[in-house]
Amino acid sequence: MTRELLEGNFAMAEAAVRAGVEAYFGYPITPQTEILEWMSHRMPELGRAFLQAESEVAAVNMVYGAACTGARVMTSSSSPGVSLMMEGLSYIAGTELPVVMIDVMRGGPGLGNIAPAQADYNQIVHGGGHGDYHPIVLAPANVQEAIDLTVTAFDLAEQYRSIVVVLADGCIGQMMEPAELPEMRPVKTARPNWAVTGAVGRKARSLSSIYIKPEDEEVANLRMLDTWFRVQEQEIRFKEYYLDDAEIVVMGFGTAGRIALSAVRAARAEGIKAGLFRPITLSPFPSERVFQIAQKAKSFLVTEMNSGMMLDDVRLAAKSRLPIEFYGRMGGMTPFPEEILAEIRRMSTEILSSDGNGRLRWRNRMQPSNN
Amino acid sequence: MDTLVKPESQTVYIRPSSLTDVSMHYCPGCTHGIAHRLIAEVMDEMEIREQTIGVAPVGCSVFAYNYFNCDFVEAAHGRAPAMATGVKRVLPDRIVFTYQGDGDLASIGMGEIMHAAGRGENISVFFLNNAIYGMTGGQMAPTTLPGQKTTSSPDGRDVESMGFPLRMSEVISKMEGASYVVRRSLHDPKNIRLAKKAIRTAFEAQRRGMGFSMVELLSTCPTNWGITPVESLTWLEQHMLPVYPIDDFKVHPGLVGLKF
Repeated sequence: MTRELLEGNFAMAEAAVRAGVEAYFGYPITPQTEILEWMSHRMPELGRAFLQAESEVAAVNMVYGAACTGARVMTSSSSPGVSLMMEGLSYIAGTELPVVMIDVMRGGPGLGNIAPAQADYNQIVHGGGHGDYHPIVLAPANVQEAIDLTVTAFDLAEQYRSIVVVLADGCIGQMMEPAELPEMRPVKTARPNWAVTGAVGRKARSLSSIYIKPEDEEVANLRMLDTWFRVQEQEIRFKEYYLDDAEIVVMGFGTAGRIALSAVRAARAEGIKAGLFRPITLSPFPSERVFQIAQKAKSFLVTEMNSGMMLDDVRLAAKSRLPIEFYGRMGGMTPFPEEILAEIRRMSTEILSSDGNGRLRWRNRMQPSNN
Repeated sequence: MDTLVKPESQTVYIRPSSLTDVSMHYCPGCTHGIAHRLIAEVMDEMEIREQTIGVAPVGCSVFAYNYFNCDFVEAAHGRAPAMATGVKRVLPDRIVFTYQGDGDLASIGMGEIMHAAGRGENISVFFLNNAIYGMTGGQMAPTTLPGQKTTSSPDGRDVESMGFPLRMSEVISKMEGASYVVRRSLHDPKNIRLAKKAIRTAFEAQRRGMGFSMVELLSTCPTNWGITPVESLTWLEQHMLPVYPIDDFKVHPGLVGLKF
């Protein structure tokens, strides 16, 4: 395989194809529509199922049905469409089915705009649909990672019978950069022993998210929770840059984390001991590692393309009086490295507060501007 | 002198093997049990039990998967046609059917049913219309008759403010993707026999790859109508049939004259 110049959306779609996805159901919405478009010719060409549904509500319920057969299935959407899918995701979670969803986030709330944002963090990472469940959430920061995590997503989904969300944003979806696609894997033919495929020569099976007796629902809830504990134990992923002697540790995921890396490198060039911690699994969140880093670092700077959603998880994980500052851009605005660098510089000279009001101080400094 | 001869015993009624051997939770006089049995008898006759995957709705028949002895999935409210689409697209050689009530199909699931029909999705839909929400305790449905009292139209359905009943078979029969759309009723033996024949035809349409098929079955809900089971059968005949005529709204030419 060779590196090619690939657009993020096409790359994720083709990665899913090569990971052996058997059915795709979706609905057009910017900035992820290229995934749907790619699938519309690629899946039929390979004799696999593709359908443009009448809505995201229908798409996710088609995914629900297809997942019940034990096939590898996926959908993709962007923020407003993902909101519509929350009903289906809750049912899929309640039925304990493997499903992959790609969310290419855009500015919101409401119709918002089509520019990159990270404001679905709370909706995706902390559940979204009703009821007690945890999806696995993977956050790529470049096209190569988007490809690799899409493939990983299918494996994790099946291993844990879980929803796995690849939480990308408009930058990742729309930008082109060199990346390498994986080899084509054969489509699996074996079906798991819970799959609904027609009761040929065996007892009839049914799949449902209903447990009408609360006693039974609690047992199911506990089973799902135990699965989640195993995920937390085994599947934490993150990347660290310049952390060995870092005093100011910048924390950001996806595109914000990638931009922060440029700022950290620039700060290093100025002699500031800065480093970067970039969570890849947002759920499960690498809390233990954040706690360890908080023991050594002098301060944290959390940077996101939202108003500080991961910030709350970092504060919870740090369990420390260490000062945690925040810098965010919202509404589809993307920070420049210089903006984050300016924050790092400020933090390297100022006496910082540990009062936990980093978000408020950011807001008071924040002047909306044209990028 | 006549001699007393013991007549040879003959089995005239058995449980279809496509039904499980459990008691149903439906209220006395409810026609869900009849509809379940008819579908199961047809599955037996066509020998498709092992090839069939059912999709249960939200409503009184939410537990249908407990009663059918075939593979089943249980959909979100109104989404059964979308879920059935997902199953069918991955397993096109299986027989896939949804079983939906009027609230499920004609209210919250209007989008999903219309588009499944529009696509000519090769599934069969059994649509139980009893003009009321059963499971939640007798609220107004999109199929509630003008003037009909329910717990959410206590003075009767006022069409000025609450709109008119929806005739789903008539609407869906206009779709090019639909191969077979008929309305039948479960209020007397003759109509029950005709309903069974329609269910068979719907499955035959699917087996022949003709596209979307739907059988609307007029049903009773004595509990929420607030009358006895016997009165319910009469009420259906007198009040529902004028609004919801029994008819063949669309029949694919390839289905005409089928013998089974």
